[in-house]
Amino acid sequence: MTETTSPRGLSRRELLTRGTALGTAYVVGAGFLAHATDAWAMETKELTPAQMATLIQMARDIYPHDKISDKFYAIAVKGHDEEAAKDPAYKTMMTEGLGTLDNLAQGAGAPSYLGMGWEADRVALLRQIADSHFFQTIRGGLIVGLYNQKAVWPIFGYEGESFSKGGYIERGFNDISWL
Amino acid sequence: MAAKPAKFDLKDDSVVVIIGTGAGGGTLGNELAQKGIKVVALEAGGRYLPEDYINDEWASFQQLAWKDKRTTSGDWRVHKDFTNLPAWIVKAVGGSTVHWAGASLRLQEHEWKTRTVYGDIPGASLMDWPIDGKEMAPYYDKAEDKMGTTRTHGIPGLPGNNNYKVMAAGAQKVGYKKYSTGRMSINSQPRDERAACHQVGFCFQGCKFGAKWSTAYTEVPKGEDTGNMEVREFAMALRIEHDAKGKVTGVVYADKNGKHQRQAARVVCVAGNSIESPRLLLNSHSSMFPDGLANSSGEVGKNYMRHMTGSVYALFEKPVHMYRGTTMAGIIEDEAINDPKRGFVGGYHFETLSLGVPFMAAFLDPGAWGREFTSAMDGYANMAGVWIVGEDMPRSGNAVTLHPEITDEYGLPVPNVNFDDHPNDNAMRNHAYKQGAAVYDAVGAVRAFPTPPYPSTHNMGTNRMSAKPRDGVVNKWGQSHDIANLFVSDGSQFTTGAAENPTLTIVALAIRQADYIARQMKAGAI
Repeated sequence: MTETTSPRGLSRRELLTRGTALGTAYVVGAGFLAHATDAWAMETKELTPAQMATLIQMARDIYPHDKISDKFYAIAVKGHDEEAAKDPAYKTMMTEGLGTLDNLAQGAGAPSYLGMGWEADRVALLRQIADSHFFQTIRGGLIVGLYNQKAVWPIFGYEGESFSKGGYIERGFNDISWL
Repeated sequence: MAAKPAKFDLKDDSVVVIIGTGAGGGTLGNELAQKGIKVVALEAGGRYLPEDYINDEWASFQQLAWKDKRTTSGDWRVHKDFTNLPAWIVKAVGGSTVHWAGASLRLQEHEWKTRTVYGDIPGASLMDWPIDGKEMAPYYDKAEDKMGTTRTHGIPGLPGNNNYKVMAAGAQKVGYKKYSTGRMSINSQPRDERAACHQVGFCFQGCKFGAKWSTAYTEVPKGEDTGNMEVREFAMALRIEHDAKGKVTGVVYADKNGKHQRQAARVVCVAGNSIESPRLLLNSHSSMFPDGLANSSGEVGKNYMRHMTGSVYALFEKPVHMYRGTTMAGIIEDEAINDPKRGFVGGYHFETLSLGVPFMAAFLDPGAWGREFTSAMDGYANMAGVWIVGEDMPRSGNAVTLHPEITDEYGLPVPNVNFDDHPNDNAMRNHAYKQGAAVYDAVGAVRAFPTPPYPSTHNMGTNRMSAKPRDGVVNKWGQSHDIANLFVSDGSQFTTGAAENPTLTIVALAIRQADYIARQMKAGAI
C-alpha cells in the first residue's frame, strides 16, 4: 500500500479501454491501481490491477460501510494478492472466482462486475456464489482484515485500548444521559 | 518476601501432581501448599501477568487462547460457525480465570437436585448432585472471601457502567425486581494487595490492573511463596500412569522443548477444563483400564454441558458506549428460577456483555454479510448488550471423545466435542431472546439482535460427580470412584450445570477437596 497523488505509468489508452469495465472509481496501470479521487494507490504482485479493483469492490459489497473509504478495503484484501504470489493454486482460485463474477455480470447485460452501477445488482451476483470457497475466503478474511484495522475503529465510535489512559473510570464509563 | 521457588525431583513420589492452574487447579495447589503438602502443578501454557495482558481482542486471543486443534459435531451452531473452536478458554498459568468476567454466583438450592425437582426429562441425563447448598455454604463463604466477591463480606458492589444502566432501566420497566451490578470477583476497592477496578473494559483479555481475581496472580504465587508448590510452565500432560494395583503413580508430560518427562506422584488431580480433562483420562488407557482411567462407568467424557447461551444486542437512537468499563457489569436474576409454566425447566440469567468492534464483527451473526449486518455494526456506539446464561440439559450423547484419525503434535488423538441442543435448551433460549429484546424495547431500542452462542466459555460435566460409582466418574469429593489417589478438580465434576457462572463453585469445590485430600493423606488412605 502506497499513497500518492500522482499515479504513475498510466496511459490514456488504458483508461479508455478499461474505463468502462472497471467503473469509474479506479485508474489502472501496469502493476498498480490508483483511486480516481482519493490520494492513494497500490501496487499488485500477482493479481492484475483490474482483478484487485474488482476484489476491492467485492469487499465493499460484502461489508458496505459508507463512511469507510476504499483504502481500508484495499488494505483488507491486499493479502490475497500476496497469497496468490506465493501459491499458484490460490491464484487460480482468485482468478477463477473473479472471472466468474465478471461472467455473471456479463450474463446480466453489464460489461463486468465493476461495470454494474447498482450495489443491489452486484450483491445479487454475490448471493449466487455465496457458498463458494472463493466467496467465503474473501468474506472470512474481511472479518479480521477490515474490522481489526485500528484506523477504522474510530469510524465505529470504538476507542480501543484504554489501560494507558487509566481506563474509563474518569472518562465516561457511566456518562449516559438520555435514559 | 517470597521463599525460594520449590523444585521437586521427577522421581519424588511424595508430591501431589495437579494438571492445570486455573480456578480448580490453581486454587487446589495453593490450598494444599498452605497446608504443607508438596505440589507440582503442570501448566500447558506460559505465564502472563497483568503487565503482559493486551487491550486488543485478537492480539490477546493469540496470546492467551487454547488454540490446539479440536473438532466438533452435532447440531449446535458453534459447530457450523467455529468448527475447530468449540471453546474459548485459556492456555496459560491461571487458566480461564485470566479470561473470565468475574461473575460469582452460588448455585441455587433446587439446582443441586434437578432430577428430583425437574423430574424425568426425556433425552436428558439429569441427576442429583451428591452434595447440596448446606454442605457447600462454608466453602462458598471461603471462596468469596478469597476472591473478594462484591456484595459479600462487606465488600461494596461495583458501580454500573452505561451498558448496565441501559439494561437496568429496561429491567425496571418490564417489571423485573432482581437486577444489580451483581456479585463480582472484581475489586470495587483495593483488597488483597490488588487495585480497584478502573473500568478499563477488557476483562476478557486479562485485567491489567489485577482488580479481577485470577489464580495467575493470587493463588499461584501465594502457593509458590510457601516453598511447597512448583509450577512447571509449557508442560503438557500426555498420560497418567498407574501400577499393577491400579493406583496412579505419575504423569508423563511434554516439556517446553517437547521432550517427554515423567513426574512421579502420590496423588494426581486433573484440572484441565472439561475438554482436556476427560481427554487425558481417555488417552491414559492401559491394558488394565482399556476404556481409559476412572472410566468403569463409561461416563468419562459424557454429559458435556456448556450452558444455554446466546446474546441480545440492541441499537438505540443515542450513544451507549457499552465497551467502556466492566465487561460483565450487571445481572438480572428474575428468570433464574425453575418455573416450568414458561415452557422449560431450569432458569437463566441476563448478564451485560460487550465486545469490541473486532469481536463484534466475528460474533454478532457469524457468516452474515451485506447491509443488514453492516448497518448493525455502523450502530456500534449506540449498542447495548446482554449475554444469556442458563441451565442446559446434560445429555449422554453430548460428549468429548477421542478423534478416530486426527492426532496432535504429540501423536495423541485430538478431542471431538459433540453437542446437540436439547429441546429444553432451545425453548429457554427463545424465551430469553424474547425477554431480552423486551428489556431493550422498553427503553427505546430501534432494533434488536438475537445473537447465537459464542464458543463455550463455561465447560462442565464430562467427569461428573455421582453418589453411585456406576452413574458417574467421581464421588462427592471429586475423587474418582475407581482409583482412590486420582481426583478431578475442575468444572468437569459438575453433575449438572445450573444457571450460574461456574467459577465460584469450582473454587469452592477445590477448597473443600484440598481439606479432604489433606485428611486422606494424613490418615494414610491415599
